[in-house]
Amino acid sequence: MAYSEKVIEHYENPHNVGTFDKTEDDVGTGLVGAPACGDVMRLQIKVQDGVITDARFKTFGCGSAIASSSLATEMIKGLTLEQAEKIKNTQLVEELNLPPVKIHCSVLAEDAIKAAIEDYRKKHAR
Amino acid sequence: MSLPISLPIFMDNHSTTPVDPRVLETMIPYFTTHFGNAASRNHSFGWTAEAAVEHARAQVAALIGGDAKEIVFTSGATEADNLAIKGVASFYRKQGNHIITVETEHKAILDACKRLQREGFEITLLAPAKDGIVTPEQVVAAMTDKTILVSIMHANNEIGVVQDLAAIGAAIKARNPKCLFHSDAVQAAGKVPIDVEAMKLDLVSLTAHKMYGPKGVGCLWVRRKPRVRIDPIIDGGGHERGMRSGTLPVPLIVGFGKAAEVAKADLAEEAVRLRRLRDRLHAGLSKRLPETYVNGTMEHRLPGNLNISFAFVEGESLLMALKDVAVSSGSACTSASLEPSYVLRALGVGDELAHSSIRFGIGRFNTEEEVDYVIELAVKSVERLRELSPLWEMHLDGIDINSIQWAAH
Repeated sequence: MAYSEKVIEHYENPHNVGTFDKTEDDVGTGLVGAPACGDVMRLQIKVQDGVITDARFKTFGCGSAIASSSLATEMIKGLTLEQAEKIKNTQLVEELNLPPVKIHCSVLAEDAIKAAIEDYRKKHAR
Repeated sequence: MSLPISLPIFMDNHSTTPVDPRVLETMIPYFTTHFGNAASRNHSFGWTAEAAVEHARAQVAALIGGDAKEIVFTSGATEADNLAIKGVASFYRKQGNHIITVETEHKAILDACKRLQREGFEITLLAPAKDGIVTPEQVVAAMTDKTILVSIMHANNEIGVVQDLAAIGAAIKARNPKCLFHSDAVQAAGKVPIDVEAMKLDLVSLTAHKMYGPKGVGCLWVRRKPRVRIDPIIDGGGHERGMRSGTLPVPLIVGFGKAAEVAKADLAEEAVRLRRLRDRLHAGLSKRLPETYVNGTMEHRLPGNLNISFAFVEGESLLMALKDVAVSSGSACTSASLEPSYVLRALGVGDELAHSSIRFGIGRFNTEEEVDYVIELAVKSVERLRELSPLWEMHLDGIDINSIQWAAH
């Protein structure tokens, strides 16, 4: 399969790769997917006053999955939690020119954002 | 002194192979000067073409220890497999309706059997052991008085595992001499010795393009003594003794013959060279990368095959990193179905390791320098992708991936 230039760009130079300490109070962690399905994404956010100040990811998956998570971390930085949770996978599909067979990668990235936000909120509901 | 490497490197020789220049050279006159129809019996153009086809028939038959008269040329191995399975099923229907084959067979066999199943045949799919091997005992245990055909591939196209056809053939015939024995020998032919007599085979499928011949031609070898009968699946002018109608593609057949001749002449020497390169590749990867697993036995294996899983790295992303090297993966993402390799699944390889598998197919034109280049690139790429992998991080932290409740999606 031929990849779009944007997928290759994010795959070769992924943004925001890394790990935050998930026990920190201001960090939310989302871990979605399954190894048996061939993709697992971990997306983390750092939140200050309801705004995502920084994000990190690590992804086990195909090039499109890596690119989707890289782009997702870029998109959510600077957004409020309310804004970030409204991000739709279709925005990633459009931006990365994902073919139909790779749409599930963008869905996973959207799920990862939501899971990270949920994790952060759970921490602060206590 | 090392030779310069030209990119991209083709190391996917189980998918296809380039035509050997010696093969191409013999083919060319048959496109232009000797373009006759081999079925034209009344002029020299036809006679020349027919003579060339008969020569090729003998060359192909010699590769497997058969007779020239037993070769039925087809469009390739998919057709040969279909002709063997459906042709035997149709002709011997009155004798029985049971066919035995293996879960790791090529789809041409599996899907032909599935069609027969819908038409009332009973199909037994044997499960290979974890190392990919099917035993004679297993085959015999599955045989019934209704079994008319056993089909077992000689070497697997993904994992390169080579079955002991001589032992299996002997066991089948001891149980029932009338039960026919077919093998899809596409990957094995020209790489490991095949002897239809010693292996007690009745039908063998071959194709030219896996042995440095042209695409678009293959054959089914059909035993004459004792005579094996098949109903044709293509009707027409009665070519190939009525078993496969259609004008013979003379240049392709000439190339197939030459490819078989070259492969036979170089087989022993080339096997040693390929095995050395393959072992160098395996050692280079497994020494420098922890958590790598070879799929299928290393003991009974095609000399040029290495199928290896790099745990915690997804196969397609690795293929993307190896963009100057043509290899293939058992990852779901490389298939239209999004299912990981059914061959690895049949071996009991977990889906996550199947997603992480890469198949290297080293062939006639690969060099040691290329192997070394591939090792460097693969090691660098796996290390980079593991840095990106949350699973690798968990592994390093001592977390058992299987202890986590993953949500399938």
